[in-house]
Amino acid sequence: MSDNDVVQQTAPAGATTQNGDGGPDMIQLLTPEGERRSHPDYDKYVVDLTPQDLRGFYRDLVLIRRLDAEGYALQRQGELGLWPSLLGQEAAQVGSGRALRPHDFVFPTYREHGVGFVRGMDPQSSLQLFRGVSQGGWDPTEHNFHLYTIVIGAQTLHATGYAMGVKMDGNVGTGDPDRDTAVICYFGDGATSQGDVNEAFVYAASFDAPVVFFCQNNQWAISEPVSKQTRIPLYQRARGFGFPGVRVDGNDILATYAVTKHCLDEARNGNGPLLIEAYTYRMGAHTTADDPTKYRVSAEVEQWKLRDPILRLKTYLAHEGMADETFFQSVDEEADQFAQELRDGCINMATMPGETMWDHVYAEDHPVMEAERAAFLAYQASFEGAN
Amino acid sequence: MSTTMSTAAATNAPQHLEKVTLGRSITNGLRKAMERDPKVVLIGEDIGKLGGVFRITEHLQKDFGEDRVIDSPLAESGIVGTAVGMALRGYRPVCEIQFDGFVYPAFDQIVCQVAKMHARSLGAVKLPIVIRIPFGGGIGSPEHHSESPEAYFAHTAGLRVVSCSNPEDAYWMIQQAIECDDPVIFFEPKRRYHDRGEYDTSAASAPRSLFEANVLREGTDVTLVGYGPVVKTMLESAAAAESEGTSIEVIDLRSLSPLPIDTVTASVRKTGRLVVVHEASNFLGMGAEIAAEVTEQCFYHLEAPVVRVGGANIPYPPSRMEEDFLPDLDRILDGVDRALAF
Ligand SMILES: Cc1ncc(C[n+]2csc(CCOP(=O)(O)OP(=O)(O)O)c2C)c(N)n1
Ligand SMILES: [Mg+2]
Repeated sequence: MSDNDVVQQTAPAGATTQNGDGGPDMIQLLTPEGERRSHPDYDKYVVDLTPQDLRGFYRDLVLIRRLDAEGYALQRQGELGLWPSLLGQEAAQVGSGRALRPHDFVFPTYREHGVGFVRGMDPQSSLQLFRGVSQGGWDPTEHNFHLYTIVIGAQTLHATGYAMGVKMDGNVGTGDPDRDTAVICYFGDGATSQGDVNEAFVYAASFDAPVVFFCQNNQWAISEPVSKQTRIPLYQRARGFGFPGVRVDGNDILATYAVTKHCLDEARNGNGPLLIEAYTYRMGAHTTADDPTKYRVSAEVEQWKLRDPILRLKTYLAHEGMADETFFQSVDEEADQFAQELRDGCINMATMPGETMWDHVYAEDHPVMEAERAAFLAYQASFEGAN
Repeated sequence: MSTTMSTAAATNAPQHLEKVTLGRSITNGLRKAMERDPKVVLIGEDIGKLGGVFRITEHLQKDFGEDRVIDSPLAESGIVGTAVGMALRGYRPVCEIQFDGFVYPAFDQIVCQVAKMHARSLGAVKLPIVIRIPFGGGIGSPEHHSESPEAYFAHTAGLRVVSCSNPEDAYWMIQQAIECDDPVIFFEPKRRYHDRGEYDTSAASAPRSLFEANVLREGTDVTLVGYGPVVKTMLESAAAAESEGTSIEVIDLRSLSPLPIDTVTASVRKTGRLVVVHEASNFLGMGAEIAAEVTEQCFYHLEAPVVRVGGANIPYPPSRMEEDFLPDLDRILDGVDRALAF
């Protein structure tokens, strides 16, 4: 999509309302009813998908929805301190995550459990921060999936700097698919108000950074509707910073996949940055600590249920004869198994002993760390002596 | 300080004792301030319909309208920066920062702008801004939700920094902070929001100035000083020590800047021993300043070095390890023992 396309797109009425349908500019390849819509620019990114690929998408969606349900249940049972749900955002996460190449790099928020899953992260990884046994706990280079970032928007600058590094390495626009690299950065609609995010847009544009900003507009930032953050549809923000922006139906896995693939290619080819606004909905509470009945009406949630990302793919697969009841059932069974493993793993996740608190604060030896650890151990030993 | 709310002696009105939580006491204090002065406005994330994530501003938007209880876009520098502008225009903004760890995007506005404008304008510009920050740990949260950043602000001249520890203080201190013509960083002990306390809600004036310390318990052997969430733990420690024959004086500092050091030195002249408690790291924390002041002012009265019981010098640990990090009753009594053993 050229910059001009973006210019011609004007704000549809109600573009920032919660019950809007995303407006005419929104890229959609699969309707909520599961019907395939063709699109002149984006069909080419999905034509090669085999029925097996599509069944794989379906499996991803079901498994991460299950991961989410277990996260919620584990919190309710006291096994997790908190759980930020991804319910409703499965297609946005799987579609974009599956569009990545292994050597691309991901900067998530705290909600991208689904992206982590398709990157090959151990699903336990996303639980440990919320169980309170770690403040992160994985090596980002293992799956090119950075640590979760809770401070809203901070990671957009990290992604931009990483992308600047990719470019400095000469890994942009070489035409070698094993070498050209893109960076994708997730953030929410609320985050678009932060200074850091706006600075990231400026830096990414100024340095032609190969980064795709992936905004999941789930219509809410805790209790605040997206209209509190923006007057214009968020994808149009990019225009002011000098790069293309596009709105995609975030509940449509085909469209999210196609649009992300396109944008990643653009970034890899040296045409970054780009902004994707995945238009979706936070079906659950902000986190398990939140009570959305205080600020939004259930009719809105009901309306979005009709746009469920899993149901529409299921309908499409069944209708096209690409999957049958046996397949759907087998995925459900796999999900049961997956859930059980997840639960067992979470409940058995060890808490590190207190003296490890000082272990990784600095890369090099630090006298205060040594001294405090020793004092802590001596203090603990004083109780053992007393018993 | 303006004169609409006197801090003078109490009136003869009949008492109305009520048991109120600390959180609700802040709500009630905010409400009082808003009723008293139409220029008082609240701004912060999710403070409107939701009433804030801790419900401190619950119902206030419904009662005072969207112009006075402002749901801000998600940007802390924006919250504080626009509060500066509103203050310049004659308002008295009360900012809510959602959690301690999220004040840093506003750090530049607070330390470079808010703190300095009065001095730079040679007193022409007053910035009666209150920045409310729920702080401290012990609530089982992931990172950035349990921090104690008070020393950064106390270190910055031009800011006043206070922390309440109990419902009655919460009720009065928030009103006094709003009445103060200087910017006040107001630290709220989030793990004590649900603690209840009984006090006279009909009293016409605050029992003491905003910047005074409060001796909560008299004692003769050791002085314990702290503020915010650890005050309750200090009182429990003092009660436990009493049963073992140690008499502890407990001081709730309440104000971190200015530092009501006279109350501390008076106590240390009596007890000869001082233990300072806070959740923040000891390194360059409030305890370091208090220890230095006490050493300078009452060196010959000290029977032991000042002991600090604080957080470790590490990023706040994962919540399942926080009990090993936070000063608890045992660690406070261990500090007391060390002071006594010297
Ligand atoms: C700097 C900062 N301020 C406040 C918060 C508290 N907070 C956590 S999530 C959130 C809302 C985020 O909304 P959005 O960006 O739309 O992402 P979503 O949670 O909807 O995925 C807020 C205000 C924070 N984490 N960081
Ligand atoms: Mg959102």
